[in-house]
Amino acid sequence: MSSIGTGYDLSASQFSPDGRVFQIDYASKAVEKSGTVIALRGKDGVVLAVEKIVTSKLYEDDAATRVFTVDKNIGIAIAGLHADGRYIVDIARQEAQNYRSQWNANLDFEKGDRTIPLKILVERVSAYIHAYTLYSAVRPFGVTVIIASWNQEDGPQLYKIEPSGTYFGYLACASGKAKQQAKTEMEKLKLGDMTTEEIVKNAGKIIYQVHDELKDKDFRLELSIVGKETNGLYQMNPEKWLNMASEAGQAAKMDDDSDNDI
Amino acid sequence: MVHDIADSWMDAAVSTGTTIMAVEFDGGVVIGADSRTSIGTYVANRVTDKLTRITDKIYCCRSGSAADTQAIADIVSYSLYYHENQTNEEPLVSEAASEFRNYCYNYRDSLLAGIIVAGWDKKLGGQVYSVPLGGMLIRQPYTIGGSGSSFIYAFAQENFRKGMTRDECVEFVKKAVHHAMYFDGSSGGVCRIGVITETGIDRDIFFATESKASKDQGN
Repeated sequence: MSSIGTGYDLSASQFSPDGRVFQIDYASKAVEKSGTVIALRGKDGVVLAVEKIVTSKLYEDDAATRVFTVDKNIGIAIAGLHADGRYIVDIARQEAQNYRSQWNANLDFEKGDRTIPLKILVERVSAYIHAYTLYSAVRPFGVTVIIASWNQEDGPQLYKIEPSGTYFGYLACASGKAKQQAKTEMEKLKLGDMTTEEIVKNAGKIIYQVHDELKDKDFRLELSIVGKETNGLYQMNPEKWLNMASEAGQAAKMDDDSDNDI
Repeated sequence: MVHDIADSWMDAAVSTGTTIMAVEFDGGVVIGADSRTSIGTYVANRVTDKLTRITDKIYCCRSGSAADTQAIADIVSYSLYYHENQTNEEPLVSEAASEFRNYCYNYRDSLLAGIIVAGWDKKLGGQVYSVPLGGMLIRQPYTIGGSGSSFIYAFAQENFRKGMTRDECVEFVKKAVHHAMYFDGSSGGVCRIGVITETGIDRDIFFATESKASKDQGN
């Protein structure tokens, strides 16, 4: 790598002569090693799906999960360093609770009270992540953060934050090992106006398709959704939808494999 | 001694010994207040405006220390404007009320403030919230506050009806505040009324000595 030995990669507070901050590039490299994480935005919901690579049979089923709840209608999926991800999730949760206690009259939740608007949450979390690219005493977070929510007023929303702190809103996004492959699959879909069933099935298909059986033996599908179908509640691994996704995924995998046989 | 007499009012704080009131109706709220600001027994201002703007469609009625309530109103107004710019949405009345509650509760030991928050938003229409001395927060169909309110609890309860029209609410507030100004020594001056709807505020003044009819005729 061009950065090695130049001395410009020792701190996050120094640019290299060609305008890079190598510590951020390294953080992105950490994310590229992660199991694939994808998200699809439908007509009235968002689905997050994770290829959780199982590195040991000794772990419990729910160990090292990559999807998290932030508030009742907000969820996060993390690609990259697991410990960094959990720290960011905690920051997001604090922001969500602060918003609630500052702005909610706490009378009737149906009447006037609301959770933090996703746009604001993303601004705050990304500002936090960005701050860790500015100082010599810290390293950037080795994670990309995918945040999703749904509510009646704003509909489905989906954002992705990079280790640099930049973020965009997406119709569909991917991160981790098979990011490119997943994006190619996503571009084939009619994004934005699919039903929840369609996005769940497609999410399952993509995760199974992009999983590399040769390099990573075992994986577990993690899936969470938020939308009209869940009454605006963010749900992690809901049985009905998880089964729907894995069945669609396994079916797609069978198809792919039989194609190869010919 | 001269000093003893002087001390009694020189040490007194500027406070709005007050009558304030707010009523919800379908489409908005009516808010009302007297206009007296006193330092002890001395009337420092007889035409005070206690109906204070937070946003164009959210107002508060202030009672207690003039300094405390002005300061809180300024801070909440600032924070709601900031919030409006951050969310790109008009603030909700409940959000304003919640922010008043936060300050009144957290600084309850050092504040003398009883505030009514009222206004209109597109989610819930006209709303009235009361934030009394300890920093409680409660939504009510109508509420009264300030020293003068003690004199009109029975009047207000007897005369309030659910589903009153805008004009009926104005009449209700005007009568109630006038009664309170009559009986309460530290309320007086004129009765200021504001009607907040989707389009903003309509203000009116009612003098204690004349009826609206005679004012309308230009007398």
